[in-house]
Amino acid sequence: MSQLVNETLMVKETVEAAQSAVRPLLEIKYLSKSFTGVQALNDVSLQIQQGEIRALLGENGAGKSTLIKVLTGVYPRDGGEILLDGSLISASDSGHAQRLGISTVYQEVNLIPTMSVMENLTLQHQEKTFGLISWKKAEVRARELLAQVGLDIDPLRQLDTYSIAIQQLVAIARALSTQAKMLILDEPTASLDSDEIKQLFDLMARLKSEGLGIIFVTHFLDQVYSITDSITVLRNGECIGTFKTAELSRSDLVSHMVGKSLEDLAPTAHDHSIKRERTELLQLNNVGKQRYLQPLNLSIAAGEIVGVAGLLGSGRTELCELAYGSVKPDQGDVTLGKHSLTKSSLRHAIQVGMGYCPEDRKQDGIVAELSVRENMILALQASKGWWSPISMAEQQKLVEEMIQRLAIKTPDMDKPIGELSGGNQQKVILARWLITHPALLILDEPTRGIDIGAHHEIIQIIKELCEQGMGLLVASSELEELVMFAHRVVVMKDHHKVSELHGDEVSEQAILRTIAS
Amino acid sequence: MKKHNFLHKHQKTLAPLLSLVLIILVTASITPGFLSLRIVDGHLFGSLLDILHRATPTALVALGMAVVIGTRGIDLSVGAVIAISGAVTAVLTVNTDFPVWLVILCALGTGIICGLWNGILVSVFNIQPIVATLILMVAGRGIAQMITEGQIVTFHSDVLDAIGNGYFLAFPIRVWIAIGMIALTVLVMRKTALGLFIEAVGANVRASRLVGIEARLLVLSAYVFSGFCAAMSGIILAADIRGADANNAGLWLELDAILAVVLAGASLAGGRIYLLLTIVGVLIIQTLTTAILTSGLPAQYNLVVKATIILAVLLIQSPKTRQWLSGIFLKNKNAGSAGKASTDKGSTRA
Repeated sequence: MSQLVNETLMVKETVEAAQSAVRPLLEIKYLSKSFTGVQALNDVSLQIQQGEIRALLGENGAGKSTLIKVLTGVYPRDGGEILLDGSLISASDSGHAQRLGISTVYQEVNLIPTMSVMENLTLQHQEKTFGLISWKKAEVRARELLAQVGLDIDPLRQLDTYSIAIQQLVAIARALSTQAKMLILDEPTASLDSDEIKQLFDLMARLKSEGLGIIFVTHFLDQVYSITDSITVLRNGECIGTFKTAELSRSDLVSHMVGKSLEDLAPTAHDHSIKRERTELLQLNNVGKQRYLQPLNLSIAAGEIVGVAGLLGSGRTELCELAYGSVKPDQGDVTLGKHSLTKSSLRHAIQVGMGYCPEDRKQDGIVAELSVRENMILALQASKGWWSPISMAEQQKLVEEMIQRLAIKTPDMDKPIGELSGGNQQKVILARWLITHPALLILDEPTRGIDIGAHHEIIQIIKELCEQGMGLLVASSELEELVMFAHRVVVMKDHHKVSELHGDEVSEQAILRTIAS
Repeated sequence: MKKHNFLHKHQKTLAPLLSLVLIILVTASITPGFLSLRIVDGHLFGSLLDILHRATPTALVALGMAVVIGTRGIDLSVGAVIAISGAVTAVLTVNTDFPVWLVILCALGTGIICGLWNGILVSVFNIQPIVATLILMVAGRGIAQMITEGQIVTFHSDVLDAIGNGYFLAFPIRVWIAIGMIALTVLVMRKTALGLFIEAVGANVRASRLVGIEARLLVLSAYVFSGFCAAMSGIILAADIRGADANNAGLWLELDAILAVVLAGASLAGGRIYLLLTIVGVLIIQTLTTAILTSGLPAQYNLVVKATIILAVLLIQSPKTRQWLSGIFLKNKNAGSAGKASTDKGSTRA
């Protein structure tokens, strides 16, 4: 570890030495921001030169989006300074930031789909004649802006008649409309295909040659290496370092992002073998979906835990959704035991033994207004149908059992689930599936956003379920926990499965190496 | 302390009930004889009974509305459906020799078809509920006028007369019909998992889908139910005046129904269905209307007074006001106990 840190410092020094020669375009000094008890940014400093493309990398919760939002004035900062072109700036909102010269384009295009391209481009600043909007001038202006990003489209057509890629370029055109000096691209490539990405990269290269500074947020490491000049890595709100892209190896980059070096991770003794005889449960046979997940094979046996590892945006959740059937694949077959589930309804899948705890607990998991009891029996009741209700006595018995077994902290079972803590909500969602007695349970980030105590309890529960013969597919960004319980680990990268590690091959080191390769 | 907890827990339930009691008491104090009931020929008479009698059409419509709003929808077309079913009842009674039960069945059937139309627009074509039902709200009265050929069709039928104005066991038959319908709905909603599913879909459609609840059919049936309830209401209203008035039958009733659901404490964003409290909401609205009419207030003040009182009830129920009120309550309590503590201290020193 110490060796790596030394290396990091050396690289940092050389980069900084090179930078001090010219005045940086953007300089951030000791920026801090905290939200009720959580330090989202802690003394983050970085410099960006004119004509530099900087990748901003980090795992979920590292502070990337907080940094961008503080930079553009969406959040007020707690401390630190921001200098643009040598002068101190303090944006009050993103419009102000744009007038100061910092423009941002978000992953979800934040244009108005039902307006024309021209209206979108001139929305913030209308061309006027005698105080009235001049649409003639607006059209001319729109064409100029489109030409700037190399687009030759009809500005009078409605925006949503164009592809996402074109909309993304229109968003950039609008961002550039106000004499931008800094352009921030927040995951602009997430929904683009490879040709469209190339189009975007060409534009970025051109803007770079015109002297613009660009901050590029992405999860795709290939893209980082093909377009950026330098890389800043954030982790847990701290700036881990800024590196020249050409001088930073992939494995070092991944180590910086997850906070563990390969040398650090001598394989620990975990038992990754299965004792019982193998009875296949879930089989994914060449399952894939265009623009979603590359076709892959996967099988899970009873009493087996298969982990899914990969960086954010690598396709972990996509794999879970296809396996469960909440997103239908456009090729391949999904079978559970002897049931084919490729085309069946979710209700049927649940009836034959599927269960799924989604990643986004608030949006996809809990029904906040309903009580703990109602939330817990929802899946079982749905599989039985509305006409055969579970009696109140039966419900209370089931729910009381689960509250005991999973040590759920709630004053009573009729409290709305929205009022419980994250960990307890997660346990209720887990209980929701356990009372359906699933053969196979899919857990997407089961320990996200919950406190350490509950974290440990949930891992214990996962292990117990496995011993009772349940098959589990667990996607997690925490390698440490995957290695603790997984018999096998599927490694995802850029929306395809790159490798599957078995038995003794399962270690944090091996997973990191596979992700970086 | 225990009592306080009880109040706290049932705050939401108590607010509409207390409002109703308060309105009745205030009206009774300014209108003598408001609370008196007398029996004539085995029939109950009195202002309170009049309120029940007049509240039935709105209560039926509000029942359907509560379910639709539970799915995060709204049904603006109920007034128009009332006009259509009333028109069907009148025209079939006058122009055909269908037996009464068949006439009623046909009228209810039209309500179901109207509900299906709304439901399909909302759940299959994903049109926003307010827009989807607006179509039938506008077109429905036109359809009713086409059925009655622009006339007010009057009819005579003993059975329909009984439904409109008859009595059974001292109470109006239509009140019994409403009670039966309410009881049946509560039973189906609470004794099967239908209510749970509708609430789950209304509160979080994505989470509901992931546990295998198919929202589409549920939403569709909610609108069908609402159409059915509106048709019942339409038959009663037509039977009441022994005729079908395509222009005025059930006019603006949808707004009273929505108001009743809101008075019950439900959110237009879906999630919770309060059937019995919705009926309390209907009674609040009807009591107000009757009270204003019997109070001798000049007719031109009616609507403004009604709106003002309803605004007051809604303000009392709003979480902001409740927070504010309980804030004042706590402050007073704390100030009181602090004062008490200091005097205690003073006394020990003395």
